[in-house]
Amino acid sequence: MTGAGGLDRALMRAGGWVLALVWMAPLIYALWSAFHPSAYEARFVLTAPLTLDNFATAWGKAPFARYFLNTILLVTMVLAVQLVLCTMAAFAFARLEFPGKGVLFALVLVQLLILPDILLVENYATMFRLGLVDTILAIGLPYFASGFAIFLLRQTFRTIPRELDEAARVEGCSLLGLMWRVYVPLGRPAMLAFGLVSVSHHWNNFLWPLVITNSVETRPLTVGLSVFATTDSGIEWAVINAATLMTSAPLLLGFLLFQRQFVQSFLRAGIK
Amino acid sequence: MPKREWIHAWLLLLPAFVFLIAFTHLPAVQTLIDSFWSTPKGRRPAVFVGGDNYARMLADPILAKALWNSAVYAALTIPASVVLALAMALLVQARFAGVALMRMAFFTPTVLPLIAVANIWLFFYAPGFGLIDQIRGLFGLPSVNLAGQPETALYAVAAVTVWKEAGFFMVFYLAALQAVPPALREAAAIEGCGRWTFFRRVTLPLIMPTTLFVTVNATINAFRLVDHVFVMTRGGPDNATMLLLYYVFENGFRYWDTAYAAALTILLVAILTVVGLGQFFAADRRVHYR
Repeated sequence: MTGAGGLDRALMRAGGWVLALVWMAPLIYALWSAFHPSAYEARFVLTAPLTLDNFATAWGKAPFARYFLNTILLVTMVLAVQLVLCTMAAFAFARLEFPGKGVLFALVLVQLLILPDILLVENYATMFRLGLVDTILAIGLPYFASGFAIFLLRQTFRTIPRELDEAARVEGCSLLGLMWRVYVPLGRPAMLAFGLVSVSHHWNNFLWPLVITNSVETRPLTVGLSVFATTDSGIEWAVINAATLMTSAPLLLGFLLFQRQFVQSFLRAGIK
Repeated sequence: MPKREWIHAWLLLLPAFVFLIAFTHLPAVQTLIDSFWSTPKGRRPAVFVGGDNYARMLADPILAKALWNSAVYAALTIPASVVLALAMALLVQARFAGVALMRMAFFTPTVLPLIAVANIWLFFYAPGFGLIDQIRGLFGLPSVNLAGQPETALYAVAAVTVWKEAGFFMVFYLAALQAVPPALREAAAIEGCGRWTFFRRVTLPLIMPTTLFVTVNATINAFRLVDHVFVMTRGGPDNATMLLLYYVFENGFRYWDTAYAAALTILLVAILTVVGLGQFFAADRRVHYR
């Protein structure tokens, strides 16, 4: 009985490793071709010489430094504004009583369903009227008030004991002081979780930035990469793969270093 | 005294609502209005056309194709990614040598940009020298252009989606499995209940809320995840991978037919709303949070 169970388990595990290998295969393949001369991109011999030329070629053929800067500016700006706006709103929803609370909260939840990505035609028209087409600000604007962040932080703030409010009031804390000194520090794990999700989402976001940008000075990495990879100038696969790895590297490294936090954050952000 | 609290609350909400209204609510309403008007062209302003854009949708063969594709894409990616996610979670919930590596292998696609991995997959699928063709070559099979022929292109795109999202959903199943009380397992073992029976009769019903949550997310993704289409197929060949959101993009920003794109957006929003309401009612009946 136990013998059969053990065999069962061993088979399952072997299947698991096959699945894991399939899951890693695209990345392994990309790593192989990016670090070897293009002659070896489809020939797998262990003696193939290693090279960084593909990265150098990719870096030289497109303004990746600028794309990196644009993406970093974008994700920093979006996250900073999101945290400020959504903390304020979440605090109001979690702790204050006021007329219209239910309706306003429902309006926030609408955004969980109708994501800004879907309204791209109309948002483009808005940016056009504001004269903001082809700016980094325009990429970020639709995401500044995140319904998801408001929802997540509200849930967290509601778990903070009310006695702390009373204590802070007795100490003479104002409402903003209460939010800043009590709620923000206690909500930090949730903010960190949201931060990781937000940064990876905006680092990876593509459709809206593609629509709203059309110059090197504003394009984020994802759009820059797609422009680079689809120009039919006969760029070698090895170079495209090098560029691909380059653009994903910061997130990938961050994930490998802080795996637990990443997984926890995605989990937290999803379940609430 | 309560009046001051009201004002404070409204002031705290004001900045967030300015952005919410400007970039979600107003555009949504404006999209609905625009869908009843024609596209302004040059010096010709938009005119009210009633339901013309919607009538055009009924007669649009590419839209029919896109809707069919979206349905197939959803029917492929939703069950595949949910079942794989559960299988992955069951695999890595135990402790064994290398479990961290296995878990990492499953989760890594989640943090990679879809647009970037699309390049890698395209290389994977490339006829002749791509890995899949090389493996086929070992078995003496002819070369195929998986992402480039109408028969298989949609499957090639769907495979990338499943690969991308299964590891993400796995995390939720892992959390759910950890919440299954160990006492139940012991009790079942005493009753002589097999592992498979236990899984089917106890584990599966207990993790039902997670399955619902993951399924809804997979459904939303099936209409939202189109980034890789831009790199891999651009909706082709012969509209074989034309998905609804990609079609909105094409009409809005390639043909600049914004009125028709608005009507298509309304269709997309309607589909997502039905999904959302479905979640709401299903959640009400059989899921108890916390």
